[in-house]
Amino acid sequence: MKRIIQGKPFIEGSANGVALATNEPLSFWGGYDWQTGEIIDRRHPLSGMIAKDKILVIPFTRGSSTTTAVLLEAIRAKTAPQAIITTATDFFFALASVVADELYQMPIPLVAVNENDFTQINTGNFVGIDTDGKIIIYK
Amino acid sequence: MTLSLTQKDKSMLHGEFGEATKMAMKILVRMAEVSGAKELLDIVGAHIDSTVYIGDAGLEFAEKLASLGAKVSVPTTLNVSGLDEHHWKEWAVTPEWAKQSHRQMIAYQSMGTIPTWTCAPYQTDFKPKFGDQIAWGESNAIAFANSVIGARTERYPDLFDVCCAITGRAPAIGLHLTENRAGKILLRLKNIPLELQQSDDFYPVLGHLMGKVSLEKIPVIQGFDYLPNEDQLKALGAAGASSGGVAMFHIIGVTPEAKTFEEAFQNKQPEEIIEVTMDLLRESRKALTHTDNENLDLVVLGSPHFSIAEFKQLAPLVQGKRKHENVKFLVTSSRAMTQLAQQAGILDTLQNFGAQLTVDTCILTTPMLPKEVKYLMTNSAKFAYYSPGLLGKQITFGSLKDCVESAIAGKVIRDESLWR
Repeated sequence: MKRIIQGKPFIEGSANGVALATNEPLSFWGGYDWQTGEIIDRRHPLSGMIAKDKILVIPFTRGSSTTTAVLLEAIRAKTAPQAIITTATDFFFALASVVADELYQMPIPLVAVNENDFTQINTGNFVGIDTDGKIIIYK
Repeated sequence: MTLSLTQKDKSMLHGEFGEATKMAMKILVRMAEVSGAKELLDIVGAHIDSTVYIGDAGLEFAEKLASLGAKVSVPTTLNVSGLDEHHWKEWAVTPEWAKQSHRQMIAYQSMGTIPTWTCAPYQTDFKPKFGDQIAWGESNAIAFANSVIGARTERYPDLFDVCCAITGRAPAIGLHLTENRAGKILLRLKNIPLELQQSDDFYPVLGHLMGKVSLEKIPVIQGFDYLPNEDQLKALGAAGASSGGVAMFHIIGVTPEAKTFEEAFQNKQPEEIIEVTMDLLRESRKALTHTDNENLDLVVLGSPHFSIAEFKQLAPLVQGKRKHENVKFLVTSSRAMTQLAQQAGILDTLQNFGAQLTVDTCILTTPMLPKEVKYLMTNSAKFAYYSPGLLGKQITFGSLKDCVESAIAGKVIRDESLWR
């Protein structure tokens, strides 16, 4: 089954991959091991999962100001998600992508979707993202 | 909605103020566009959190700016670094880490910043004033500046704070603007005994709960029968900024933009009302402890960095006593506060107790703890929140007094009387 939703790209780009989805926001500092791509916040439902090369579906970041720096390290180390889908423009993710573009010409696509569409994407779904923010979900 | 730039903004963007300013302005403008800002505004100060060494991308970013000749254009304090230059050899820090962290410190120092190396810049001589527009990184400092001082900063991430410091500009968004500083969620204290409200361990617990329930919405706390002190408010904000994204909170009758209920909510009604009961608080306190083991290897205090008032509170608890030989006792603080504690004679008291000090950094930002240190205890919600994930350590939360008594006993002891 295929489902198409329209998101708002806040950093444009295209990506294809398997979704890793959660309703629970995450601080990447203390929550994401940039050397492996593992979610390491032991209080988070995705604890122990590997987000490297996945399409990470997460409402927004929380907590530490260092989230951006951790995502930037992950992009440089190639342990970052391929793209991130959020429920609103996330400044912390966006900055990591902008700086990765500035330093390494390696931005990652970021797309915001409404809360209803957000719940349509489940862990394990194959997801395609277009530069215009169109998201195709294969269930 | 398009972003409108001044002539000077455009000059910076076109490189007329040098290559570093150009790079900083380019990032600033892209982010202002992403966040839907209509314009940039002048700031009067900055606090850079990007000083924390995480890995080589952050270092390359700092050194690139420094090599392009970056200088800050407003008074700018520095957050913790990745290294205690004085004491790192006493711990498990590797020379490689020390070298990279030191390079990052040098890069940020070269930009004309004030080397405060602390996550509590609001307890230095450089603290902002009510109404100041500033660009701060470090989640606990952001919460304190907005809530307790009434200065105005958005919740800025690492790497962005320095771009604002160099250009002297920030996007006119979020908490810079009065209309976005209104409370949204009401937390009403219900039958919370005065004795607990006065107790230091109340604030990390309430803060953890506040972060969990409000996430990024501004919470307003009502029902205090007591006026919390500066360090209690610091603990509250740090906890809320860890468990949620709290960048600002109000306490009616306590914080400067919440003299009344109406002011706190800017004459609107709360979107949600939550009754803070003893049951909810007990649950929150439980969540801060990540083990039921009573083993103890290290007691750690000082996140955010220990203040002189906290040193003064600790001194009589340890006076004339000695910690258990199998337990380390560590206080993390700034150079400035440590000097004040030294002048007050407190460091000798701590040393006689067997305590160690770390300055400029903390256990979360420098890999100082050896593998054999497995069981931690703290009075800090921030240490409690982040230690399991960042350090892979088991941690127990307790009051300052619990922490001292446990260090003496060599195992976790907690006084439950206030929490029953």
